[in-house]
Amino acid sequence: MIVLGIETSCDETAAAVVEDGKKVRSSVVSSQVDIHRKFGGVVPELASRAHLDLLCPVIEESFHRAGLSILDIDGIAVTAGPGLVGALLVGTSTAKAICFSLKKPLIAINHIEAHLYANFIDEEPVLPAIGLIVSGGHTDMVYVSGINEYKVLGRTRDDAVGEAFDKVAKMLGLGYPGGPAIERAAQKGDAGKITFPRPYLPGSFDFSFSGLKTAVLYHIKKHGCKDVEDIAAGFQAAVVDVLVRKVLMAAEDEGVGSILLGGGVARNTVLRKALEEGAFKTGIGFFCPPPALCTDNAVMIAGLGFVKLERGERSSLSLNVCSNWVLGSPLPPLIRGEQGGMGGCRVERDSC
Amino acid sequence: MEQITRSPEETQALGEKIGRKLREGDVVALIGELGAGKTCLTQGLGLGLGVDPNLYLTSPSFTLIKEYRGRLRVYHIDLYRLNSIKEVYELGFEEYFYGSGVTIVEWADRIETLLPPEHVRIEIEVVSENERRIKLTGQACLTPTSEKNK
Repeated sequence: MIVLGIETSCDETAAAVVEDGKKVRSSVVSSQVDIHRKFGGVVPELASRAHLDLLCPVIEESFHRAGLSILDIDGIAVTAGPGLVGALLVGTSTAKAICFSLKKPLIAINHIEAHLYANFIDEEPVLPAIGLIVSGGHTDMVYVSGINEYKVLGRTRDDAVGEAFDKVAKMLGLGYPGGPAIERAAQKGDAGKITFPRPYLPGSFDFSFSGLKTAVLYHIKKHGCKDVEDIAAGFQAAVVDVLVRKVLMAAEDEGVGSILLGGGVARNTVLRKALEEGAFKTGIGFFCPPPALCTDNAVMIAGLGFVKLERGERSSLSLNVCSNWVLGSPLPPLIRGEQGGMGGCRVERDSC
Repeated sequence: MEQITRSPEETQALGEKIGRKLREGDVVALIGELGAGKTCLTQGLGLGLGVDPNLYLTSPSFTLIKEYRGRLRVYHIDLYRLNSIKEVYELGFEEYFYGSGVTIVEWADRIETLLPPEHVRIEIEVVSENERRIKLTGQACLTPTSEKNK
């Protein structure tokens, strides 16, 4: 079965053609990082406009690289949330139009679930597992016992991990995106020199990185913005400590067989190494997709789409997008004529 | 109204108190430096507006806006990354200000001229590492006296 995957939930316009959920025929990611660099982050409406310009060429390119025609597909999988509403709509509208004209099945995909699925493309992790999805917009810890069987154990209560990296990088004048910038600076620094607080939130699997960000700010206010490398290393160590400790605690509590990592921050080598070591010591498996499948991509969308289509799952052509679609809950249906705070002109596109 | 809070919990509790009094169409302008507790106070506003406590109002810095449903629709906007009024104008955020939900704007001082004149204004001043001076002005300070005058 050939599935076209479409991903436009944030700043990447991506399309991929995947055969039987695992064989990647093509993967095209047109990163919009250059557009966003001057804004120091993702600007939703700009993202929507860029997706609109890029999506059709990206899809065409994915078929070209796969050596296939759009007529060869057996279905389309598209991200319907969570993400930026305007950006998601570009993807879902395009997917609906193709499915409608070719009479092919459509399946809506939860972006977080797809990040978890990225671990199953090249490997066969033992279930149940604890999944940790960390990126600029997400910090979710999930108990996974099977397809469609998820329990969100913890989320961030304030800033996402990647956002904390971005904000601290901005404070330190290291530029955007903050993750790789902090990691590079931290390599030259001493993580033991400045100890930042570890927000463990005892008794909960939730995360909180806002206080840590503020602690870095107060450090800079008090001591000036010198020893940038040591600050970066100290900050990164605090983040990694919290993530690793909480994931290992959850893994032990739930008695799982493996740990699954995903999302853009999964590319951080210090985090990967620390989790791998922790999992090894606990005697459970550790899985992390290759870097290209950690950051947003459409291979994971098409791959998961195949699994769902095989199970007979289908989405309606009237499917809605949902900016904060919680993993494990159904995608809220489109409520026609619903008026939102913007006089219904734009808010009705998101009814969740 | 002016009040000193001595912990993030106290800031959130004050937010909840204010949130209970917010009405359809209200625009809340939040002003305070990075780390002052704007998102923390907003979480309290969310609780007061009846947003599911399990659904934390997390920082929208990355996405610029997040939407929630409480007893009213809640739009949480964060202008941290934006540099000019022109950018905000292009994004069309001012359309939210004249809609039917409650719009909470962090870093609202960056768009003074776009804010509706009758907004609720909350200024958070950092007094010390844990203390914050929170000043509330506008919409008759949400006091019951304004109800009596009706």
